[in-house]
Amino acid sequence: MASGQQWVLVEMVQAFYEAPAYHLILEGILILWIIRLLFSKTYKLHETYKLTEKEKEDLIEEWMPEPLVPLLSKEQPPSLSYDVVTGPPSHKIIINGKECINFASLNFLGLLDNERVKQKALASLKKYGVGTCGPRGFYGTFDVHLELESRLATFMKTEEAILYSYGFATVASAIPAYSKRGDIIFVDEAACFSIQKGLQASRSFIKYFKHNDMEDLERLLKEQELEDQKNPRKARVTRKFIVVEGLYINTADICPLPQLVELKYKYKVRLFLEESLSFGVLGEHGRGVTEHFGVNIDDIDLISANMENAMASIGGFCCGRSFVIDHQRLSGQGYCFSASLPPMLAAAAIEALNIMEEDPDIFSVLREKCKHVYKALQGTAGLKLVGEPFAPALHLQLDKTSGSRDADMQLLRNIVDHCLQRGVALTLAHYLEKEERFVPPPSIRVVVTVEQTEDDIQNAVSCIQEAAVSVLK
Amino acid sequence: MRLRGSKRRRKSSHLSDFSRHRATPDSTNTGGSRSLTGNMATATANGGSITFINCKGLKDIKKNGYYNHREKNGPRTGVPSREHRREAFEQPPMYVAVMTYVGFALVTLFGYFRDFLRAVRLEKRHLAQEREEQKNFVPLYQDFENFYTRNLYMRVRDNWNRPLCSLPGPVFDLMERVSDDYNWTFRLTGRTIHNVINTGSYNYLGFAENNADSLKTVADKVQQYGVGICSTRQEVGNLSLHEDLEKLVASFLQVEASMVFGMGFATNSMNIPALVGKGCLILSDELNHTSLILGARLSAATIRVFKHNDMHSLEKMLREAICSGQPRTHRPWKKILIMVEGIYSMEGSVVRLPEIIALKKKYKAYLYLDEAHSIGAVGSSGRGVTELFSVNAADVDIMMGTFTKSFGGAGGYIAGKKELVDYLRSHSHSAIYATAMSPPVTEQVIRAMKCIMGKDGSTQGITRIHQLAENTRYFRARLKEMGFIIYGHDDSPVIPILLYMPGKVVAFAREMLERKVGVVVVGFPATPITEARARFCMSASHTRAMLDEVLHHLNEVGDNLCLKFSRRK
Repeated sequence: MASGQQWVLVEMVQAFYEAPAYHLILEGILILWIIRLLFSKTYKLHETYKLTEKEKEDLIEEWMPEPLVPLLSKEQPPSLSYDVVTGPPSHKIIINGKECINFASLNFLGLLDNERVKQKALASLKKYGVGTCGPRGFYGTFDVHLELESRLATFMKTEEAILYSYGFATVASAIPAYSKRGDIIFVDEAACFSIQKGLQASRSFIKYFKHNDMEDLERLLKEQELEDQKNPRKARVTRKFIVVEGLYINTADICPLPQLVELKYKYKVRLFLEESLSFGVLGEHGRGVTEHFGVNIDDIDLISANMENAMASIGGFCCGRSFVIDHQRLSGQGYCFSASLPPMLAAAAIEALNIMEEDPDIFSVLREKCKHVYKALQGTAGLKLVGEPFAPALHLQLDKTSGSRDADMQLLRNIVDHCLQRGVALTLAHYLEKEERFVPPPSIRVVVTVEQTEDDIQNAVSCIQEAAVSVLK
Repeated sequence: MRLRGSKRRRKSSHLSDFSRHRATPDSTNTGGSRSLTGNMATATANGGSITFINCKGLKDIKKNGYYNHREKNGPRTGVPSREHRREAFEQPPMYVAVMTYVGFALVTLFGYFRDFLRAVRLEKRHLAQEREEQKNFVPLYQDFENFYTRNLYMRVRDNWNRPLCSLPGPVFDLMERVSDDYNWTFRLTGRTIHNVINTGSYNYLGFAENNADSLKTVADKVQQYGVGICSTRQEVGNLSLHEDLEKLVASFLQVEASMVFGMGFATNSMNIPALVGKGCLILSDELNHTSLILGARLSAATIRVFKHNDMHSLEKMLREAICSGQPRTHRPWKKILIMVEGIYSMEGSVVRLPEIIALKKKYKAYLYLDEAHSIGAVGSSGRGVTELFSVNAADVDIMMGTFTKSFGGAGGYIAGKKELVDYLRSHSHSAIYATAMSPPVTEQVIRAMKCIMGKDGSTQGITRIHQLAENTRYFRARLKEMGFIIYGHDDSPVIPILLYMPGKVVAFAREMLERKVGVVVVGFPATPITEARARFCMSASHTRAMLDEVLHHLNEVGDNLCLKFSRRK
């Protein structure tokens, strides 16, 4: 057998030698062809769909982008022309050349025009100049920043505070520092725009609950609890947060903090509180909603507020336990990547804190004025007053809407203009209607400050009533 | 601080290849490559009929991958600009990269060891802990998230956040701080380290100053207005002062209109969403600042990232985007926005503006130029990169910049066509929801800008600009002579010196402080892991004597720590 096989092999080799060249070439090609068939795809979808160079050029030629900004034909001009303020926007304000009593700037404690604050700012200006020319990490940390941070922490009775150079960026940076993709945030529908931006930047799951409706919140929390039970593994790493405002800037009412704290412990969700409007306003010492309700501040995981309203400076801060706050020093984008607060503004904020600490009566004065304005504005014909009696920034909405938002805005604008002519400065509350998650109804903002006298208030109230009658008749 | 996300990457290989071409810039453009001379001119002369040489390339765009040499026979678009021949990115010797990785591996291993010790309670835990009441909550931080902070950053963090107690001028005073527990906490000793030379602040034109004469108008504004404003632009925070500044900015930049905002970071993050949205495409340079990235993310537009300053990568993306439209639906894009910076703050590189403008025109895209570091700092009269390249400012659709740096103030601006600015006035998030700019800060910017423009009746502004340019050239030239590897454009006042190894970075920063030079060092994640560096920011207020002193110390420290990696000459 073995010899037979050998013979066959020898014969084959012999045949190979003897075969004509064209035959070998032909067979070689056939073999290659088979190999190619084996390894190539049966059909080529790609080739047929591939654009030729010419087609690409045509596509590029044809493509017409939208204009960078929409043409202004449809846009109504009123928002384009801002009211021009000449001179300081303090107790008296000159809007479009007309001197008015200011019921529009959020200068609740009247610190904008405070001589002590100005002197401190001037002293700081003399020493440090204006800008810091750097972020906190790179020689942008000044002794005044450290002082203000520790003073804020002491004032709020928390372990630590962190300073931001812009109010809007504060909560918008704080939220995404903790809440990441996959985490869950429960948030009040009336939350302000800067919270909304923070939520968006965090890329977490957002669940809105009805404004100040604790039952609705609990329903969502329960739903989530069920969800968690189904998938406990995922639940162990999914952080959950509730984000609320102390006093809502959009509705001028207060969050039910004690219930929120209860829910926080019941469902093990962390609680973030935005206090831009309530800091320096509520509570016996102006510490905000926690003091107002007598809630232990340690039960709130993070409090953020800006220093642009009651403190009449620029910037914002977050405060809470070091365990929470310190994280922002490397993860708060608006903290790390932005130039630090000009020392002059920080010095002014320190002095504002001094004044607030020295004279807590200022808060009860403000509260009395708020109550007074609230009472006086009740029952204005055609307008309804929205907000808490102790809120310093109230909203006047139309009793009956005309059906179109633009028309409503125009009516309210007429009232504002009417008052401006008579020396009372008010302003419409402005929103980006397309960007807001839930647009609040059109309203006039009425701001109460400690500087307003009895007469000012009387005058303003009768002016508003008169305007309402003449515009809305 | 221009820290960035960790996704930055750069192929230094082809960049250094490019810099080799610098040696013979006028040789005929045989290899094609990146020399933008010669053939480029003929290519542009052909106008619209520019052909894309490597047409097969589209399919094999590798987002973060290697870039083969053939592809570098780049696009022949763009205006030839000689400027780029003055930019270099030299590569270090091989052993440097190896040692850098070894260094990181060592500290990481050691970090695990320390974590183990902490877990078995052999080492004290210094970090603040969760409250007892909330121990059963979902942890606020994942353990691995903080590994780097806990084990690497903590060991060296004395080099950042150093507190100042003086003007951030050419020299400053630092508050001495010590740590008794290896940087977990710091204690101020109450002593001051006087007269440290400041090479870290972005005080390009020296407007961080406190002499009473120049700040007189600013002080007046404090007296008149106070420091705050307590309202937004659209409500009652629109001061005539703001409008004055806006007019001034527009005339300085030679554009139709401008709008100013209270914070530089927010200028980006709050205005980009007003300009682009769903169905739009943003092409963003990989080294763009966080604020641009955040703005892009908030806008809900699709974001694609092109290689740093790489026109080839950008053009490929533009073609690909227009040809294939939006993902899945293939609808055409609504708008395409190219986002770039004037000077990149970590690299010192300057944007290739003429080429980008040519591309943008060819493909009908819009251009967003962030001049945070370049406005005031480059150009013969301080008008930024448009002036440096002598391109028409009207070719840039959106000019953005900040007042924090060259102007010694705070805030930012957006400038451009009147329609753009009008639109922003009613649609910018900042105009409606954020407090307006502080009046004294506004005044500071006005005074600085007037000075730069010579409107204050002196030649001080132009002198400062020249001084800055001179300081920059001098410092860069001397560093090169000494044999340091430095990055960036010859005119860029941001000068990164590459240090590579993590241990050297720390030693360098501490040693320089010993010698009373305040330096900024940055490492991962602000830079690629192998490219830690020190960054020097020149200022017009640095005198030659100061620079010489810094250079003298640099030379010694460079020798002691073996930091002179350059193999040039």
